[in-house]
Amino acid sequence: MNLPPSAPLSGADDDAILGQLAAWLDEGRDVALATVTKIWGSAPLPVGSHLAVEAGGAFVGSVSGGCIEGAVISSALETIADGKPRSLEFGVSDEQAWQVGLACGGTIGIFVERVR
Amino acid sequence: MNSKLFRALQAFRAAQCPAAMVTDRTTGVQALVTADQVSGELDLGEETLAGVRRLLAGDASGEVDGLFVRVYGPPWTLVLVGAVHIAQALAPMAALAGFAVKVIDPRRAFATASRFPGVELIVEWPNEVLAATPPNARTAVVTLTHDPKIDDVGLIGALRSPAFFVGALGSSRTHARRKARLVEAGFTDVDIARIAAPVGLDLGGRLPGEIAASIVAELVGARHGRPRQRP
Repeated sequence: MNLPPSAPLSGADDDAILGQLAAWLDEGRDVALATVTKIWGSAPLPVGSHLAVEAGGAFVGSVSGGCIEGAVISSALETIADGKPRSLEFGVSDEQAWQVGLACGGTIGIFVERVR
Repeated sequence: MNSKLFRALQAFRAAQCPAAMVTDRTTGVQALVTADQVSGELDLGEETLAGVRRLLAGDASGEVDGLFVRVYGPPWTLVLVGAVHIAQALAPMAALAGFAVKVIDPRRAFATASRFPGVELIVEWPNEVLAATPPNARTAVVTLTHDPKIDDVGLIGALRSPAFFVGALGSSRTHARRKARLVEAGFTDVDIARIAAPVGLDLGGRLPGEIAASIVAELVGARHGRPRQRP
């Protein structure tokens, strides 16, 4: 079954986030891209939202409005290190999600991949 | 993501060609799909490809047969007619709200880079610009000069296009006179009713930043299918 599609995202956010990712690649840096792939219930950002992470810990964009960014960045750094894509899920039933503060009551699926 | 595929995606985006990145989240293997091309290492069956292209056409990210599809649609654009004081506040605010902003003003003294740092400025008549690059269904046109010589030709260009939003700054009395001129120019009541005037939500503010906020608010609503109802 296919999930209901999301609302259109604005191109300008993509310009800023993917533009930074391209600049990091140009500089020869190791980078990962995290993308919201699913939302259930209320979630702060739409499906498709991006967070780009550089090996030094710099990041641009957002997948959650801020509440799970720290955990996603940690996973992105692991993905940069081992090259393996990761599928993450944060939600109300997830103990760790409460610790990192997904208080909006929804569940978010996130895909993290290295870009190289 | 393979960096070659990423560069290809960036090239499609730069060309304003809608594209979809299709990902198998287990393996990370991907395909990049446009209306008439497919590249990448992920093999998509005919039915899956058709499903991806349905999402692409609808400008909506989602899932097809367990694969994640991220759709990169063409940008939303705001064309401002008039490099005036309010435009100086509106251009950066609209950019933050996700619009690629262009400012058109034939008056060289107004359209200067020092007044609009980092903003695309076009020092030409709006009718010429809008004829050369017609607004599409993701473009909003807002006139701000209060000078009918400049605003009217901008509005006429916008009304001849499928722009999703056409707005004009100016009082109700100014708009009544404007309507009369547009009727004179051959536009119907239905055409003229497309013009949001006075543009912006009715928030009561008079400062340039307040007016800019009200205009951005109306644009956001229009983009998400929640137009302001005017009496």
